[in-house]
Amino acid sequence: MTPVQEQLLIATIKVVVFFNVLLGLFSFMTYVERRLLAFMQFRLGPNRVGPFGLLQPVADGIKLFFKEEVMPEGANKWLFVAAPALAIVTAFLSIAVVPFGGTVHLFGRDIPLQIADLDVGVLFLFAISSLGVYGIVMAGWAANNKFTLLGGLRSSAQMFSYELALGMSWVGAIMIAGSLRISDIVESQAGWFIPNWNFFRQAPGFLVYLVAATAEVNRTPFDLPEAETELVAGFHTEYSSMRFALLQMAEYVNMITVAAVGASLFFGGWLAPVPALQRVLGYDIGLLWFLLKMGAGLFFFVWLRGTLPRFRYDQLMHFGWKVLVPLAALNILSTAAWIAFT
Amino acid sequence: MLDTIIAHSDQVVFYFFAATALLSALVVVGQRHPTYSAFALIVTLCSLSAVFGLLGSPFIAVLQVVVYAGAIMVLFLFVLMLLNVKREERVAGGGWALKVTAFALGAVLVVQVGSVLTAAARAPAAPGFNASTPYVARLLFSPTYLYVFEATSILILAALVGAVVLAKSDP
Repeated sequence: MTPVQEQLLIATIKVVVFFNVLLGLFSFMTYVERRLLAFMQFRLGPNRVGPFGLLQPVADGIKLFFKEEVMPEGANKWLFVAAPALAIVTAFLSIAVVPFGGTVHLFGRDIPLQIADLDVGVLFLFAISSLGVYGIVMAGWAANNKFTLLGGLRSSAQMFSYELALGMSWVGAIMIAGSLRISDIVESQAGWFIPNWNFFRQAPGFLVYLVAATAEVNRTPFDLPEAETELVAGFHTEYSSMRFALLQMAEYVNMITVAAVGASLFFGGWLAPVPALQRVLGYDIGLLWFLLKMGAGLFFFVWLRGTLPRFRYDQLMHFGWKVLVPLAALNILSTAAWIAFT
Repeated sequence: MLDTIIAHSDQVVFYFFAATALLSALVVVGQRHPTYSAFALIVTLCSLSAVFGLLGSPFIAVLQVVVYAGAIMVLFLFVLMLLNVKREERVAGGGWALKVTAFALGAVLVVQVGSVLTAAARAPAAPGFNASTPYVARLLFSPTYLYVFEATSILILAALVGAVVLAKSDP
């Protein structure tokens, strides 16, 4: 094989593996969320299908497959079909630049556990997350229903407002690393976890990221686009069967991405908290550390959902523009001063 | 077969995205439904971004998506949906004068495109240029462009404040 063909083959294999891992994580996450939420509310949750109910996602998948696909009479046919596809494509695209681990040595080759180590990785994430809103807006508008339209409008306003704070929360970490490449930002946090992780060096930035990211993926307490008490189910009210499943999948994949990005930018990604723990029995266990950090992030999202009530819409807007954005700007300013004086 | 495709992969990708950009741009103009036009414009902008990426400037490519497709077009769509704009109706009449003008302008466009294409075919290949992120940043913050760059940001801020003041209805 020529080197080019080899590169192509490796890239293809990586894409297929990442895609399937993400699909598996998504279905497992639906189970974990329902179970954990149930425990937090003194219930048992799904525990009938398979051991501990572990096969529940499979049962749900089969059920959704065989449900009838309904399209409302006045719906815009093209956009109604295109919306879930767009949502899922943008959701999967952003995971392409997230490094799951360092470089592994396989079959005599060095293979980085990342699909594309882009020069502008962080900006790419930002671009894709700003495109993510179109799937929701399209779904809300195409169904030709008042509730879905309101849900779509709300989500575009919300994502638009919080995207700014989300992007600004990364700037401090970028300045410390001096690079837009995500793997560089991870490497810049090498060493003992206190004080090298950006979680400690960039505490205000992390707080802003936490809130903005929760709003960006429409999770409680920012799930206004699908507030069931006032909007039925928001933008996906009219969707059923596999199209509904795709929209749900997009939401969960976005949540996984947000947790993965948070782990990379603020918790040292694949680096162990203590340098001595990076290698166990001669093997690099960076992937394990990364999955652990990402899992903690995902658990936090479920925890939030079990704890907090929903924001009111005006509170949401005020908080985004009058608290988060100034805080992020202040963080950038103080980081710049710190870098200039040390 | 596969080797030829791989060897010319940048050309394959370029023609794909160039064709997508042109086709969706045609849809923007020809489509009578404003929402469709907005979505087609987003496709155009994303394809242009891919072309920028092929030119070796990932920074500009990503900015194209962040600023135009991600920010400005969201606002466009927001307004279109808020007003619930319907399909445009074809207005009767217009007369021969309009048709003649349109035809003349179209002819001018064809001549322009033709001259650009023939000039491009005769011109020597463009020298390799550096558009990497650090280089663009250094250029932007060099004394040549720094003042213009900062002045633009103040101008935008002033426009923002002005818009808020004008939009506020209470005296």
